[in-house]
Amino acid sequence: MKVGVVIFPGSNCDADCLYVLKDVLGQDAVSLWHQDTALRGCDAIVLPGGFSYGDYLRTGAVARLSPIMGAVRRFASGGGLVLGICNGFQILLESGLLPGAILRNTGLRFICRFVTLRVERTDTPFTNRFKPGQVIRMPIAHNEGRYTAEAKTIRQIQPQVAFRYCGPDGQVGDAFNPNGSVEAIAGLTNAAGNVLGLMPHPERSSEAALGSEDGRLIFESMIESLAHA
Amino acid sequence: MPDLLAPTQRKFGVRSSEFGGRKRSKRSTPHSALRIPHSTESPELLRRVAKSHNLTDETYARIVKVLGRQPTITEVGIFGVEWSEHCSYCSSKVYLKTFPTKGRQVLVPAGKENAGVVDLGEGQAVAFKIESHNHPSAVEPVQGAATGVGGIIRDIFTMGARPIALLDALRFGPPQDRRSRFLLEGVVKGIADYGNAVGVPTVGGDIAFDQTYRDNPLVNVMCIGLLASRTIARAAARGVGNPVLYVGSSTGRDGLGGASFASRELSEGSDADRPAVQIGDPFAEKCLIEATLEALATGEVIGIQDMGAAGLTCSTSEMAARGGLGIEIDVLRVPRREAGMTPYDIMLSESQERMLLIVKRDAVTRITRLFARWRLQAVQIGRVTGDGRLRVREGEQVVADIPVGALTDGAPMYQRPVRRPSYLAKVQHLPLARVPQPKDLGGVLRRLIASPTIANKSPVFEQYDHMVQTSTVVLPGRADAAVLRLKGAARWLAATTDGSGRFCYLDPYVGGQLAVAEAARNLVCVGARPLAITDCLNFGNPEDPHIMWQFKECVRGIGEACRAFETPVTGGNVSFYNEHPGGAINPTPVIGMIGVIEGESGPVTASFKDEGDAIVVLGQTREELGGSEYLAVIHGRKQGVPPRADLRAERVLQQLMVQAARAGWLKSAHDCSEGGLAVALAESCIMDPDRARGAAVIGSRIPLAAARVRPDALLFGESAGRIVLSCARFYLEPLLELANRVGVPAAELGRVGGPRLTITPWIEEPVETLSEAWRSGLS
Amino acid sequence: MKAKVFITLKPGLLDAQGKTIKGALDALGFRGVRDVRIGKYIEIDLTGGRASRQAVERMCRKLLANPVIEQYRIELVRS
Repeated sequence: MKVGVVIFPGSNCDADCLYVLKDVLGQDAVSLWHQDTALRGCDAIVLPGGFSYGDYLRTGAVARLSPIMGAVRRFASGGGLVLGICNGFQILLESGLLPGAILRNTGLRFICRFVTLRVERTDTPFTNRFKPGQVIRMPIAHNEGRYTAEAKTIRQIQPQVAFRYCGPDGQVGDAFNPNGSVEAIAGLTNAAGNVLGLMPHPERSSEAALGSEDGRLIFESMIESLAHA
Repeated sequence: MPDLLAPTQRKFGVRSSEFGGRKRSKRSTPHSALRIPHSTESPELLRRVAKSHNLTDETYARIVKVLGRQPTITEVGIFGVEWSEHCSYCSSKVYLKTFPTKGRQVLVPAGKENAGVVDLGEGQAVAFKIESHNHPSAVEPVQGAATGVGGIIRDIFTMGARPIALLDALRFGPPQDRRSRFLLEGVVKGIADYGNAVGVPTVGGDIAFDQTYRDNPLVNVMCIGLLASRTIARAAARGVGNPVLYVGSSTGRDGLGGASFASRELSEGSDADRPAVQIGDPFAEKCLIEATLEALATGEVIGIQDMGAAGLTCSTSEMAARGGLGIEIDVLRVPRREAGMTPYDIMLSESQERMLLIVKRDAVTRITRLFARWRLQAVQIGRVTGDGRLRVREGEQVVADIPVGALTDGAPMYQRPVRRPSYLAKVQHLPLARVPQPKDLGGVLRRLIASPTIANKSPVFEQYDHMVQTSTVVLPGRADAAVLRLKGAARWLAATTDGSGRFCYLDPYVGGQLAVAEAARNLVCVGARPLAITDCLNFGNPEDPHIMWQFKECVRGIGEACRAFETPVTGGNVSFYNEHPGGAINPTPVIGMIGVIEGESGPVTASFKDEGDAIVVLGQTREELGGSEYLAVIHGRKQGVPPRADLRAERVLQQLMVQAARAGWLKSAHDCSEGGLAVALAESCIMDPDRARGAAVIGSRIPLAAARVRPDALLFGESAGRIVLSCARFYLEPLLELANRVGVPAAELGRVGGPRLTITPWIEEPVETLSEAWRSGLS
Repeated sequence: MKAKVFITLKPGLLDAQGKTIKGALDALGFRGVRDVRIGKYIEIDLTGGRASRQAVERMCRKLLANPVIEQYRIELVRS
């Protein structure tokens, strides 16, 4: 699998994603510059976390105007795999590649810690290595992670929800919702299932040395689905 | 005054029309060719400006003598900031010179560059430094702390190092107090806003609370960067004629006179100083990090320095001085954000996210393009000269022309008067007999672990991104020091900050020793071999002989400990004038220490792991309650002498710990500091939120220095040189044997397990109760 | 010509900052505060003398506001 990791000015998890893809998983991975207009033959694209354009105005609002996003949009509409992590998720929402929007955490604070997530779908190219309902651990690190959408949209996207914040036994409730996301949504795909955005950081939970290897299954799922494509 | 001006005229290298590669106007009439700094300002105005920079009449006369004429207003400003306490260390230098700075591991010693550099072996090195941003944070906590983070990060990447970690040493008044709470929340938000956005993890540090810091909080930020030992970037000017580039954000009137602002006491009117605080832009800084590291990698950058305090002034004069050369710049070429800025404004502005580069003569276009790719401007504003002068022009007009040596080394040095403060005799006397011994020692433990200084700090560090860069292998709050893996190497980097203001208040000499000893103990608790320190010395007004005595004693203590541990001082920062209307703060040195973990076993954390493991205490317990958290929290006393510092015993303890950790014997290790042995045991039980463990220990087994030690001192006293650890029973014997062989008192106290922490015969508390108290203390 | 753009969260969305500020005002004893909404204020200095409201509208729709969560109001003033 050849993966392109897009660097926007202000991205800060690009190197971490490249490290997991190359050094941990042994994949071919390249960095793509926000001003590029071509994806250099990549099989999958990662929009990494960070503070693109300082998160000024709104998170992801300026990054989505980058030249590369045109190519990413075309790639996605052709069925290509696009993974947006944290700020990358926010860029996907601003781009309209995923429905909804992100607001500030209800607690009004930046939160960096491990959370537990329930895997809602295992039939996507990003989640096929998980077991249905599996409870996994991944860290979050964001000030703006409260997912929201209009009520009608929320009803429509139920089948697209890939991860929800949950308790240790998979239970969903306010006590386990770190940022106030609607219906505890932590990550979702587009209708076609080839674009995934999530607030938690799989690249920070892909090695035992970092306390969890659950995030690696997302990357491994992508590898697997591309191998069978 | 033609005779006075003549020498200046002669030294002025006339070929200034070359610089920038652009032809300048040809008004080279004999008159304008003079282009000498001509002071048109009235003497009264100059005096007033001098006064606003806290320059005394005597110092002002010295400036006139150095120049051989009346200074321009720009020159007064330049001297004002360069000769300020903040930049010239005029009160502290005589003492700082006594620090040990050499060692095999030191690649760049203190004071030579923007930060010290220490060898990690295998071609890797670390640049690290700590700096204070106390005064700006007192006035505007969010921006004050944020720009503190930005400044220290720039000091690190200008060394060619990628910043990999931040640690913050913070001191506030009691969090129940509204103003202290406001400052605490603002400072933490500022650190988070900036550090999180630039993508440098905030992995550790320490926080303590004491009334003394209520109006003058301490915000000391340490940054660590990783670099290849062969590619250390330098901050010296080289090559006459080489272009001087201004890089980064535009210059505004931010923090005008900030460096001198920091050299004044906070008075009741400080809120009116608000505009003197700078605004940080972490987005610009993130781009600056990437672009600068790329630029340095090209090999075309000859010298580089951050524009920190007093921005252009310090960077130009210091780089020129280090290279033994001169620099000439034209302020009209400096990118500006506001109209109508004078040369004085431009030279003194503290706008953030700016750097000064000296590049190879033919590299300007390539370097400019490289920065443009990161949407940053890089503009040639001048060139290196051979005449040893800092010359500032505004177009054709020379507005400052000063020998750089006079600026950087000519600052007045003071051997300020010192006097042992009279309060010491009073506070050092602790009539222990009159300190009642509480009956409910379990209750004391619950109160102590819920006290803000000891309580769980996760409400703070969860606001920091401590995981970005994916090297934080020990999460904050899980061990005595932060531990980072070095990707691709079988070694880990450990770092900590420590320093007790209370101990130093009671005895600055011993307090200084203890600060270094605790830092080292924290490192060995994760299994790291201490390498070197950086220090941030926070004191009151140096013109007060009592304060200067505290400073002198504290520096002596730190220096001795560093010599004993072979951990040289690689740099740091002095912050004076930490005062409030009621007096000076507790003298507070903050020691930032780094170390390296080698071998297969990896880092050791502080929490008990498995049922049945043996609990061991290393070190001896004395009847030492002076300056303890117990005395302060339970009895409301800030009294006594601090615990004894036995540097030789500490050193042996350190070596024993490193050896035991490397052998893989240790399951956990935790230093006994605030709250003593009982708190160390309790914390080892509850620090891991996913896996609390009980413990049963027997009080009579604790190695004592005397036949009898009163129970409260035994449990909560803060005798130095003690560590609580746990190990599999299998390793107990070799561990005790080794301790015995090297002469470290050691005893098995009991075992890990059960739902309670029992310290027979005094304490029996459910672990859950302790955990709850500890976790709710700061929220 | 200057355009003043006021952006606020759509009614009905929880405005966590606004809620916090309302709480603080209540705590300070200010009576009669029903609700507080926080927003952004953007000032745009336009080069053209005759500012086109439609142009600013387009700016809002394309960049300044996110129609999923935000609403905006534009004021044009002579500078």
